[in-house]
Amino acid sequence: MGAINLDDSVMTTRLDSVVNWARKNSLWPLPFGTACCAIEFMSMMSSRYDFSRFGAEALRFSPRQSDMLLVLGTVTNKQAPVLRQIYAQMAEPKWVVAVGVCASSGGMYRTYATLQGIDRVVPVDVYVPGCPPRPETMIYGVMQLQEQISRESLSSRKEHIERFYQSLARQEERQRASGQSGYQTVREMVLEAGEQGEQQIW
Amino acid sequence: MNPAVAPFLPVLLLFLLALGVGAAILVVSGKILPGLLKPDNPKPAKLTPYECGVPPLQEGARHRYSVKFYLVAMLFILFDVEAAFLLPWAVQYKTHLWTFWAMLSFLATLLVGYIYAWGKGALDWER
Repeated sequence: MGAINLDDSVMTTRLDSVVNWARKNSLWPLPFGTACCAIEFMSMMSSRYDFSRFGAEALRFSPRQSDMLLVLGTVTNKQAPVLRQIYAQMAEPKWVVAVGVCASSGGMYRTYATLQGIDRVVPVDVYVPGCPPRPETMIYGVMQLQEQISRESLSSRKEHIERFYQSLARQEERQRASGQSGYQTVREMVLEAGEQGEQQIW
Repeated sequence: MNPAVAPFLPVLLLFLLALGVGAAILVVSGKILPGLLKPDNPKPAKLTPYECGVPPLQEGARHRYSVKFYLVAMLFILFDVEAAFLLPWAVQYKTHLWTFWAMLSFLATLLVGYIYAWGKGALDWER
C-alpha cells in the first residue's frame, strides 16, 4: 500500500468560514413592519418571490428565535427605544437590514417626529433603497448581507454587538438617573450625538 | 442463588447495562455537551419578558388577585342558573298552573340562601 495523499481526501478550512457559511444560509428573519415595506415583505416571503430559497425559511415573530431584524418602514422617535429593546432581546449573532428609505434615512418624513434613519439607534448592516423596494431589491439586499457575513470574522461581530449593549446600558443608567421615559432618553441621546457631529448613539 | 433464577442473571445484567448506557447518553447529550457547546451570553434585556419591545408593566402573569372574586363568581353562577331556569318556566306557566307553586318553592329555597349570603356579608365588596 502506497502513501495516502491527504490532499485528495481531506479539506482544510478556517473556523470562521465554516461558521459563517452556516450562519449566512440559516438566517431567521424577524420583521419589524411599520409601513408599506412590510406589504412588499409579505410578497417577498410568499411563493412568487420565495425568500426561503436563501435559507431564511422560517419567519419568526419573537426576537428570542430570530437573528436577522428586518426593519420595514418608518420608525418614529417614540418607537426608537422599542426597536432597541427588540434588537437587544434577539439571539446572538444578529444582523439588521434597513428596508426602504424611511428606515434607512427617514425618507420623505423629514419631520421632528421621525427617526432620521434607524442606524442612529441600532447597528445596521445593509440598507435597501426604495419606497417601497420591490421584493427583488429586498432579496438582493439580504444576498448582500450574506456576502458580508461570509467575509466577517466571528470576534468582530461579537464586539459589534457588544458595543450596542454598552450603549443600552448607558441609556438605562441615564433613564434611571433622570426618571424620564425611554423615548425621551433615546431622543436626548440622538440629539446630543448629533450636536457632537456623530451619526449614532451605539 | 436459586437455580431457577440463575439463568436469568445475564438478562438482569443486560437490562442494567442498557439502563446505564441510556442514562449516560441522556446525561452527556442533554446536560454536559450543551453546556460546553452552546453560546451562553445572557444580558439583562434578553432575560426580560418580550412585550413587543415595551417595558413590561408587571413581571410575568403570576400576579395575585383578591379571593373575593371567587365568592362573586360562585354567587353569580348560583343565581344565573336560577334566572336561566325562569325562562322555560315562564313558557310553561300558562298551561300548567301547578308549576307556579313548584317554582315558588324553588325560589323560596334559593331566597333562603340569598338571605344567608347577604347576612354573612358576602355581597359587601368593601370589607
